Amino acid sequence: MSVDIEEIIREAPSGLAIRKERDDGTVHMTVDTEGFADLVAYLHARGGRLVSLHAADRRAADGAFTMHALIDLGVIVEVECAVRPDRASFHSLAPRVNAANWYEREVQDMFGLVPDGHPDPRPLVLYDDWPEGIYPLRKDFDPSVPVPRVPREYRFRRVEGEGVHEIPVGPVHAGVIEPGHFRFSAAGEPIIALEVRLGYVHRGVEKLSESIPYRKGVFLAERISGDASAAHSTAYCQAVERLCGAEVPERAEYIRTVVLEMERLYNHIGDIAGIALDTAFAVPAADGLALKERVLELNERLTGSRLLRSVNDIGGVTMDVSREEAMKVISRLVGLRQQFEKLAATMFSSTSMLDRVEGTGRLDREKARPLGCVGPVARASGIDMDARRDHPYAAYRNLSFRVPVRDGGDVDARTRVRVDEVRESFAIIEQALDGMPGGPLAAEVKEVPAGRTAFSLVEAPRGEVMHWIISGDGTPFRHKIRDPSFCNWLGMEFAVRGNIVPDFPLINKSFGLSYAGNDL
Amino acid sequence: MDEAAERMGEELRRRIIDLFGRSLAIREVDAGSCNGCEVEVNALTNAIHDIERFGMHIVASPRHADMLLVTGAVTRNMEHPLLKTYRAVPSPKMVVALGACAISGGPFGRSYAVVGPVDRFLPVDAYVPGCPPRPQAIIHGIMVALDRWEERSR
Repeated sequence: MSVDIEEIIREAPSGLAIRKERDDGTVHMTVDTEGFADLVAYLHARGGRLVSLHAADRRAADGAFTMHALIDLGVIVEVECAVRPDRASFHSLAPRVNAANWYEREVQDMFGLVPDGHPDPRPLVLYDDWPEGIYPLRKDFDPSVPVPRVPREYRFRRVEGEGVHEIPVGPVHAGVIEPGHFRFSAAGEPIIALEVRLGYVHRGVEKLSESIPYRKGVFLAERISGDASAAHSTAYCQAVERLCGAEVPERAEYIRTVVLEMERLYNHIGDIAGIALDTAFAVPAADGLALKERVLELNERLTGSRLLRSVNDIGGVTMDVSREEAMKVISRLVGLRQQFEKLAATMFSSTSMLDRVEGTGRLDREKARPLGCVGPVARASGIDMDARRDHPYAAYRNLSFRVPVRDGGDVDARTRVRVDEVRESFAIIEQALDGMPGGPLAAEVKEVPAGRTAFSLVEAPRGEVMHWIISGDGTPFRHKIRDPSFCNWLGMEFAVRGNIVPDFPLINKSFGLSYAGNDL
Repeated sequence: MDEAAERMGEELRRRIIDLFGRSLAIREVDAGSCNGCEVEVNALTNAIHDIERFGMHIVASPRHADMLLVTGAVTRNMEHPLLKTYRAVPSPKMVVALGACAISGGPFGRSYAVVGPVDRFLPVDAYVPGCPPRPQAIIHGIMVALDRWEERSR
């Protein structure tokens, strides 16, 4: 993105920002509570993308809560404001920046800070029976005291009119997938509106992290969303490494890259096979799922874990890849790649499959951008973004790869973006294994000083993962985790409108979202 | 699949025919998993493991099931859906707690959002350790549950 950050800051509404550069290359601005929403909305209007919006409870040290917005303008701009505990509210951004919608509801649930003027201030994560006045991410919340269940009702949005009916689905679904509730308002077959209600697998990950020493936190990060173990643990490690100034050795950066791309391979291949499955195209579905299994086996051979766990550590990696092993993996990948090309050719030459996917579940760029969609979902809607290229980490700046972008915005485009990305992943793994430099696997790690802030971005299979940490005494003081699914669920609510109910599973599969990552 | 797992699958097939006459219907419930266990449960039905050839079928509704495979530390928000799903399974029924979280709560056990391991809410017949358990371990765990079932119904 070629944006002149200096110019944007110069033209910002006057008196809004106190600016300082941080040594990690980000721009940090502090504003008063009143000006916070205006400044973030201004930066968003200038082409910035909302990366995250979250709060921290700093009442003990500074006498106030703080709100933090991260905006991607090519460089990451972090805007911060204090929120006084006696006010416990802030101006809602959501009416101007759609992407802020769920973030603000989350802040309200977790911190009890009210977004004034929010168009939909219902609870997001905490349930019907969660008592008012208890906010788990406040520092005075005592996790050892059981929280009572109280009667409280969640109201779904209602669509009314002749012939309109509701279809409730979930939380326990027919397939082996995670729990979530889908409430359709339909008139006959066509869907008028969908409301996605999640939070069923809310495990309190962010609060837990505040009591877990950094090194053990890697273990927790791998279990935020199991199929993105490598992405989340890499993002967590990178953030902690920035906090303590650890320089990760090059060899470890390459091994991380290989592992991250293996993760993308098995997820994307599984998602592509899922599209075949949901269009009842049995042969490529079976081929694709068998191919995914072959990648899982290769994961295990390479790392000892089918889900690529226990590879990452603060400061580097825990395992090496010998030259001999690397060559074996490369030759194995050649075979898998041929099988994959056969699979893609079978799928995309079938008119009956194309008939199901083309034009189905369309999310156009004009919707996807204000919602802050990320990953293959964004790239299939014409948004050219990829953290591997735009905010390089691990070994990506040394490797050559393409970022596929399409503008169909439908199931077809999302599937084809994944197909193209699988091809890139094969090539990246080969380059990384082939060009792996020598040297140590991990840096020596010094103690993490308290009171610092750092974040990191990683392009997971589903899109950008963000970890943002304020360091505390031996553990994170505040650990904000933002899974790509959190940015994309609302996109699906829009994409299904006007489609028929039987196409919903297909559209849902093409978004391929995580519930655990979203719910935390 | 490796030979040992293949043999185990064949033995399981004979046991299922002995005990049930035909096949074993399984319903999976994610009660708070990170979705790692789901990756492995899904792997059971791919063409390489293909548990259907051993007479096991993952069914869409608990009303069709003989066995519940439960993953995850039970979250506050999934306690009621889990109990409702269990009640919908016709008796006699079996429960398998799958993975470290379902068994003990795992890293989430002491969270405000988690109400406990699976056996605090349901009678568990077999525990399958692992994070996540490999497909072969899940097949083995199902066999252990059948042993327990046989003992119980004697």
